[in-house]
Amino acid sequence: MAETAPEAEQTSPAEGETRRDFLVLAAGAMGAVAVVGIAWPLIETMNPSADVLALASAEVDLSPIEVGQSITVMWRGKPVFVRQRTPAEIEQAATVDLADLPHPETDEERVQRAEWLIMVGVCTHLGCIPLGQKLGDPRGDFDGWFCPCHGSHYDTSGRIRVGPAPRNLDIPEYQFLNDTLVRIG
Amino acid sequence: MSTPVPRNRLAQWIEYRLPIFSWTNAQLIDYPTPRNLNYWWNFGSLAGVMLVVQLLTGVLLAMHYTPHVSMAFDSTEHIMRNVEWGWLLRYLHANGGSMFFVVIYIHLFRGLYYGSYKAPRELLWLFGVVILMLMMGSAFMGYVLPWGQMSFWAATVITNLLSAVPWIGDTLVTWLWGGFSVDNPTLTRFYSLHYLFPFLIVALVFLHLWALHHRKSNNPLGIEIKSPKDTIPFHPYYTAKDMVGFGVMFFVLAIFVFYLPNMLGEVINYVPADPLRTPHIVPEWYFLPHYAILRAVPDKLGGVVAMLAAVVILFFMPWLDNSKVRSARFRPIYKQFFWVFLADCVVLGWVGANPPAGSFILIGRLATAYYFAHFIIIVPLIARFERPRALPESIHQAVLKKGGGGEPAPAAKMERP
Ligand code: HEM
Ligand code: FES
Repeated sequence: MAETAPEAEQTSPAEGETRRDFLVLAAGAMGAVAVVGIAWPLIETMNPSADVLALASAEVDLSPIEVGQSITVMWRGKPVFVRQRTPAEIEQAATVDLADLPHPETDEERVQRAEWLIMVGVCTHLGCIPLGQKLGDPRGDFDGWFCPCHGSHYDTSGRIRVGPAPRNLDIPEYQFLNDTLVRIG
Repeated sequence: MSTPVPRNRLAQWIEYRLPIFSWTNAQLIDYPTPRNLNYWWNFGSLAGVMLVVQLLTGVLLAMHYTPHVSMAFDSTEHIMRNVEWGWLLRYLHANGGSMFFVVIYIHLFRGLYYGSYKAPRELLWLFGVVILMLMMGSAFMGYVLPWGQMSFWAATVITNLLSAVPWIGDTLVTWLWGGFSVDNPTLTRFYSLHYLFPFLIVALVFLHLWALHHRKSNNPLGIEIKSPKDTIPFHPYYTAKDMVGFGVMFFVLAIFVFYLPNMLGEVINYVPADPLRTPHIVPEWYFLPHYAILRAVPDKLGGVVAMLAAVVILFFMPWLDNSKVRSARFRPIYKQFFWVFLADCVVLGWVGANPPAGSFILIGRLATAYYFAHFIIIVPLIARFERPRALPESIHQAVLKKGGGGEPAPAAKMERP
């Protein structure tokens, strides 16, 4: 190894830009393109696969849910809360001053039919499941849901009121197929 | 130091083609080591041994473990109940993870105390911090594998930290999960990476040791080796001393493995993962200080940034501390703040183990503020204003004076005949 001549001696002395500089740059640029071109599909392989995407809708029969009752269904591996709200809860949700909300949204923006509140039951802080679906669960200071992990309180419209969660509980895409059947996703 | 030529013909044949015998001799036998290293210098080799323990038990566990959401929990129980000595494997691996962190944390604080991060050992230190990060990643993903309640919810909460990234947060989390929640794709990729990371650690340990052997060990006095009289050969002096350390460490590990195998774990992880029920989440003890820092900041993104910064800031230690003197022995002020800092980390751990309510919130915030202040304010200021004590002339003079005397044994006598 020690016997090779230093590069400077091998090149013809030429000042300024040389053919070699150009070739180095061009080859370097092509190399960079190749690296990105390979990295892209490799990174993409980690995204949800076709079968995971295909499972992305669920139908829910609403007929067994009484007023003031909630059920939890699975959609995309996540719980979705479906609640038939009481008139008092609807009233409470509709009359909140938007200025009091960390993430201001009216109740109408969050429901298609006032009595049916349908939302993803995953705390927007770090993903725990808030309590409040079952009788006897703590429902927080705003009579909605309460996340025990780091203490987020949600109201009767699933909006964050107090705690570290940055957003209201997400509303999934859904469609009423008829009065008692909803398709989520 | 001598470079023995192997007498054996086969060894000579090999040596000519790959100088492995002289290399081993230079790096492990005659390798000149400061003569004054104390027991805090054992923890590097202890960490190496723990890495081997984790690799060995891990590879054997992997032969019986099934990475699938419907089988992971059962296969872990299968290891515990049916596999011959399976309980030993798993308890060694689970408690070995904890032991590894004990050793690494001591190793790291040793470096902070004796200024081992300073020139010319900055790169050595940086490799160490990268190893720490990879270890944290490995331990986190390993904990997910048994697919118990704590596995599942730790995975959920920690991966959700990424959703705090502005704009691309949600896309990033979906990509990481390979789905819309922590599920089978998440488990399989964590398994793959849990297998990979320890081997990346092996590669970094190699770089870490390369840098170490190039510039040699720091020592309790923090002064450089000036002459051969300051050193003794690694073998038999430090090989023997390391053996003492191995014995003590394996004794401690055995106490946990055989008598308290579940003390450091969470009972709830013996309940299979349930995506519909969140238990009370507590991280493993080695993440408690970071967890306390995460919760100390009331903002989601801010908390995540602070938690990452708490580790990343270690990278900058060589440049935050400008003092020319390495060892805290000669730095009266730094020495005191070192202990305060250590206490602060313990307080953070204690806060992390408790629910974020009442006075824990305030204590957590103060301790977090102090943690960062130590690096950003206190250390640079001490470096500027402290008057270090006089350093000894050389390692051998200091050592022999303390020892009360006699003629120093000439270095030549230390060499093997
Ligand atoms: C940096 C070194 C490593 C650390 C810190 C580490 C840590 C952990 C931890 C904390 C667990 C969970 C233990 C439990 O609660 O059951 C675990 C599980 C596991 N690890 Fe590792 N690990 C390391 C290296 C490896 C390697 C090299 C393999 C080889 C494939 C491996 C394979 C496994 C398997 C199969 C499990 C699931 C079985 C079980 O839970 O005991 N690990 N690891
Ligand atoms: S996950 Fe709900 S408050 Fe943190």
